[in-house]
Amino acid sequence: MEKMSRVTTALGSSAISGRTMFCHLDAPANAISVCRDATQVVVAGRNIFKIYALEEEQFVEKLNLRVGRKPSLNFSCADVMWHQMEENLLATAATNGAVVTWNLGKPSRNKQDQLFTEHKRTVNKVCFHPTEVYMLLSGSQDGFMKCFDLRKKESVSTFSGQSESVRDVQFSMKDYFTFAASFENGNVQLWDIRRPDRYERMFTAHTGPVFCCDWHPDDRGWLATGGRDKMVKVWDMTTTRAKEIYCVQTIASVARVKWRPEKKFHLATCSMMVDHNIYVWDVRRPFIPFATFEEHKDVTTGIVWRHQHDPHFLLSGSKDSTLYQHMFKDATRPVDKANPEGLCFGLFGDLAFAAKESLISSDANRKPYPGGDRRYPIFFFKKPDPTEQFAHVSSALSVFETDLDSNRMDWFVKTAQLYLLCGKPFAELCDHNAKVARELKRPQVSTTWTMLRIMFSDPANPTTPGLNHSLSKLGTLPLMNSFNMKEISSGMGTESRLERSKGESRQDNIHLEPGNSHISINNEENEETEGSEGQAEYMFGDAELDDDDLYSMEHDNQTEEQEYTLPQEAFQLRHEIMDNPSAPEHLQQDKADSPHVSGNEAEVTCLTPIESFSLISISQPLFSPHLPASFFCPIVREMLSYYAEQGDVQMAVSVLIVLGERIRKEIDDLTQEHWYMSYIDLLQRFELWNVSNEVIKLSTCSAITCLNQTSTTLHINCSNCKRPMNNKGWICDRCHQCASVCAVCHHVVKGLFVWCQGCNHGGHLEHIMNWLKSSAHCPAGCGHLCEYT
Amino acid sequence: MASNPAAGFTCQANGGNTPGRGSVYGDLRRNRSESECDVGQTVKSLARLCSRDEEERAAALEELCQGVLLCLELDRPGSARLSEQTLLHLLRLSRSCPLKEVRGRATELLRTAKEQGVEVPRALASGPSAFIPAKEMLKEGPDQDILIESFLSLGRVDHITMVMALHPAYLSCFLRTQHALLEMDGPLPRHWRHYIAVMAAARHHCSYPVQQHSAGFLEAGGEESWLSGLQHAPTKLRSLQTLNKLLAHRPWLITQQHIQELVCPGAEPRWSLAELIHAVVLMAHAHSLCSFVWGCGLNPEPDHIGGYTFQLPSPSHLPRSPCSPHSPHSPAHEDGRQELVDGAMEVEMLMQRMVELQQQEEECTQEEMVTRFERERSESIPTAVVRGAPPDLVLRLVEDPEFRYEDFAPRGEQAPPTMRAQDYSWEDHGFSLVNRLLPDMGQLLDEKFQVVSNLTYNRMAMHEGVDTYTLRKALWNYIHCLYGIRYDDYDYGSVNVLLERSLKVFVKTMACYPEQTTARVYHAFWRHFRHSEKVHANLIVMEARLQAALLYTLRAITHYMR
Repeated sequence: MEKMSRVTTALGSSAISGRTMFCHLDAPANAISVCRDATQVVVAGRNIFKIYALEEEQFVEKLNLRVGRKPSLNFSCADVMWHQMEENLLATAATNGAVVTWNLGKPSRNKQDQLFTEHKRTVNKVCFHPTEVYMLLSGSQDGFMKCFDLRKKESVSTFSGQSESVRDVQFSMKDYFTFAASFENGNVQLWDIRRPDRYERMFTAHTGPVFCCDWHPDDRGWLATGGRDKMVKVWDMTTTRAKEIYCVQTIASVARVKWRPEKKFHLATCSMMVDHNIYVWDVRRPFIPFATFEEHKDVTTGIVWRHQHDPHFLLSGSKDSTLYQHMFKDATRPVDKANPEGLCFGLFGDLAFAAKESLISSDANRKPYPGGDRRYPIFFFKKPDPTEQFAHVSSALSVFETDLDSNRMDWFVKTAQLYLLCGKPFAELCDHNAKVARELKRPQVSTTWTMLRIMFSDPANPTTPGLNHSLSKLGTLPLMNSFNMKEISSGMGTESRLERSKGESRQDNIHLEPGNSHISINNEENEETEGSEGQAEYMFGDAELDDDDLYSMEHDNQTEEQEYTLPQEAFQLRHEIMDNPSAPEHLQQDKADSPHVSGNEAEVTCLTPIESFSLISISQPLFSPHLPASFFCPIVREMLSYYAEQGDVQMAVSVLIVLGERIRKEIDDLTQEHWYMSYIDLLQRFELWNVSNEVIKLSTCSAITCLNQTSTTLHINCSNCKRPMNNKGWICDRCHQCASVCAVCHHVVKGLFVWCQGCNHGGHLEHIMNWLKSSAHCPAGCGHLCEYT
Repeated sequence: MASNPAAGFTCQANGGNTPGRGSVYGDLRRNRSESECDVGQTVKSLARLCSRDEEERAAALEELCQGVLLCLELDRPGSARLSEQTLLHLLRLSRSCPLKEVRGRATELLRTAKEQGVEVPRALASGPSAFIPAKEMLKEGPDQDILIESFLSLGRVDHITMVMALHPAYLSCFLRTQHALLEMDGPLPRHWRHYIAVMAAARHHCSYPVQQHSAGFLEAGGEESWLSGLQHAPTKLRSLQTLNKLLAHRPWLITQQHIQELVCPGAEPRWSLAELIHAVVLMAHAHSLCSFVWGCGLNPEPDHIGGYTFQLPSPSHLPRSPCSPHSPHSPAHEDGRQELVDGAMEVEMLMQRMVELQQQEEECTQEEMVTRFERERSESIPTAVVRGAPPDLVLRLVEDPEFRYEDFAPRGEQAPPTMRAQDYSWEDHGFSLVNRLLPDMGQLLDEKFQVVSNLTYNRMAMHEGVDTYTLRKALWNYIHCLYGIRYDDYDYGSVNVLLERSLKVFVKTMACYPEQTTARVYHAFWRHFRHSEKVHANLIVMEARLQAALLYTLRAITHYMR
């Protein structure tokens, strides 16, 4: 509110109005500048030098300054500036090195006033002193900056940058004597206008040329620089060493940078190559432009805010020979097209999911928050103008944490390591695996193994009668909820809004920062917060409390870490819930089509106690030692699919391998392959290389076994010319030398080659083994103490 | 100086008359097949000679000697066992290896072989350059370190390296860029890169780089048949021909249509922009390198065609040898004392002018400035001799060989528009585009341009402590002027003042028709300057030309991307 009012006062009676409009110029523009009252704009280029009046609906050509039958190179402008105090005064920088001033008050057609030809090379930039009428500064390709007193015929002082070309010079808006100059070699220098002998300070701002710089109109310490390295940097110059406080990475070299009036953190940039758009950035949000103007068809060469207190009008000239007035409200907002959804797994299986808040809150089931949206912290003042804010993209971030104890994947690793998949009789394998599962407190799996043994073993097996007993001894089944859902809601725009609020209520910030990640910001709700500062603060404090509420609430909502002790006699066959990286899919699936398998991980909606439900209980009464093994096949197949569906491919694959021929034909190859692939992938994620290799070896799918045959190539470089060896391992195509010569027998090694990683000598495996038995030193005589393990 | 023995010599040295043996490719082919069997051992020890380990090198040298001696002792009829390629390698080592002991041993071996009755090749040239006497090279030559370094890293020290080593600062960034262009990651396959370089060098009838890159092409696994004619190369490569032609001779004619034909979605076969930039930089690099090779009169490598002979030296040939101390090519000793005095006067004059130019505050009209530019651009500089047809091995890789640089008509209607340096410059525009499409290459080229434009030893001929900036700038801008690039802030009058006519002849020949450079042109300018200073001038021409060609192409690409 405050700012808005300031704008209106600043503009006073002559409030600017207009629309997005453009006009064709006769030639490409190199630079533009506006006069102080924002009614006229001057366009300068190699073949153009004109003044246009800015009217409500259109540009109107007022004056052509390029006069004469054959205009001289003095008219070929690299830069132009309109004096901000004296409305008849203009200065141009010519490509031939001349600095020219123009007096519009002259009665003659030729308005040229003074001509300074002191620079030897192209002048890149001219700059009037913001408050001093007669002071003009120029920066040239020849590495010099000159200060002219327009009452005299020549420069009053010359500043030598002691380096190559000056690309930009800018008087500080606040410090009367200071100006900044940017250079082609990446440096920025600060000069005191009274001391031409030496710069006050210098720092390297960019790699490669710094094409432009601009002082912040309000904050005296801030200087924005733009360079060929595609970066815009904001420097705090108040400290002893220039400190980079913001950095925006653009997609092309930055040709111009201009702070947006009345908006502390906004600046506009345009590029010199390839990219024709004009971007307005909020420096605090360096990854996405706040607004984009996409009208130009060729590179934009000049940008200027129409009025120094009005942030809504931007003028631009371009190589495509057009002059545009852009209305800020017509700008494209790239953030609208940004994808606010994101998904990521943490190291320990945690899952973070960010989605548009509106999407999530529409899911009524997920947020049965009593008391409305009280938990949303409310700390923003009314946004003065929605178009001035970063588009509302607050996302809710949900983190689904795996329970540290019950849901660590330890069991997976242990199981993988301890299971026996081959090498013993079937019954023993089953027993062993059942034991392993039992020890890891996975009774269901254990039971499954036992049952498998019974089903497929010789019916005369004496252990059979023990089954019922063992089943009935099943103990408590901890029901594990793999995920605790923690609703962490935070806005993508959090930071920026925090910053914005800083201006008005700085003390808020102290609270804000730490709470940041837990606070959800919802701009819609923010409307409620119109009100005094005090209230906002209070509300904010409330929000922090809410943070705890949030958790307790979720405890209510969730069956978190609850252990269900089921009656002993119940034949509980509920499997453990596994979590693995395929969980999200799993999660959705559960919601979508298997509501009866409730109590699943991350199940937030259903709070009803979990009904126990048994999959193979049907088989129980049918069990009979007389049945042939093949009778069980369909049921085993179903069971395997079930395990796999639940994410326990480990079980599925292990059983598949142990049962081998007994079951293989029952399951189609693709499914098998799929299971194998998933399991191998998991094993490899846990770096269980040996187990994964064993599984690959034991698998019968051709697609899987061939995994062991791929990428077995070891690329080596020739030991002489250090270039990659292509065809054969032992002779280099390039230098035709046998690269791998045995250090012991000096013959070429064509089979197993072993070499020391310390000294790079090696040879036949056998020879090296023998050698190192008797000697500790390298057989090549290099003196290295090789080790063979 | 009436007769011009040097011209004849150069002609021969550059492969103008290939002695009656098979084509290069025949040789390369034979060499390859030989090397696969019995020469393997020798080649192996040759490669090990480049080891950084001193002992390893010594061992390799020993092995090489043993191998060669073994071959000789077997003494079966003729040189059956000692292959031609081994002999050439030995020859090359004996001539160019910067390591003294290797050089000595190789010479010794060759002598032994000769005594054993083996027909031993003999290098035709006595140094890297036909223009610069070998002794001068040694005298002005740099410390051997940089040569040893490049021997160890590249496996050989070629003539280009040897001559450029007069300016070590430049050499290192030149080699870096070349290595990045040809060997490092990039969108084009390695053998394609060499082939493109071959195509480009062939435009200037420059057999030196053609042979070098042909070898590189084969080494990278390229197909031999491609080298026997363009028609054997893939269509995609052949579609580069137009661009190659324009880039070599009249880059200002390159428009966005040319780019579009190669890049636009309908084009068949289609180039990606990154590939195209890579190819363009390669071609421009090869073209400008041709300027350097011709401008310094580089001799063929001892193992190149035209670089060696198995015939005994004819007695009449000897006096022509450029290494004789009082050779007519040695610039300072040309026609006795009068010449000397004149030359010294010239240098004085030039320095005087440079000083004057820096002080002068003369104002002249725009009209006058334009006229001066136009005058320089269209000044007719007689180019030397029109050479005979280029060797066949080069000619079959050229399409439309009649297409050459053409003088700008003096302010005529048909004169193509000048390019204003301020509108499209390397620093502001070119760099960004190259770096965008071919990461790092922009940086490397930028560095090279900077090194060359800042290179100075603050001396001129016999004077020390001279600021040569204006002279270097005049050279650079004159070359750009020949290519139609105009700097608004430069007074082209100073080109006329600073660059004497003979220098202009040299520069224009080198920049526009490098294949017509002769020893006379080289020796005629700057007669009192050191050879290293003339090489410096060569470097400026080479880089200015490279930049001009790149600017035109990059501008066309920018327009295409618009």
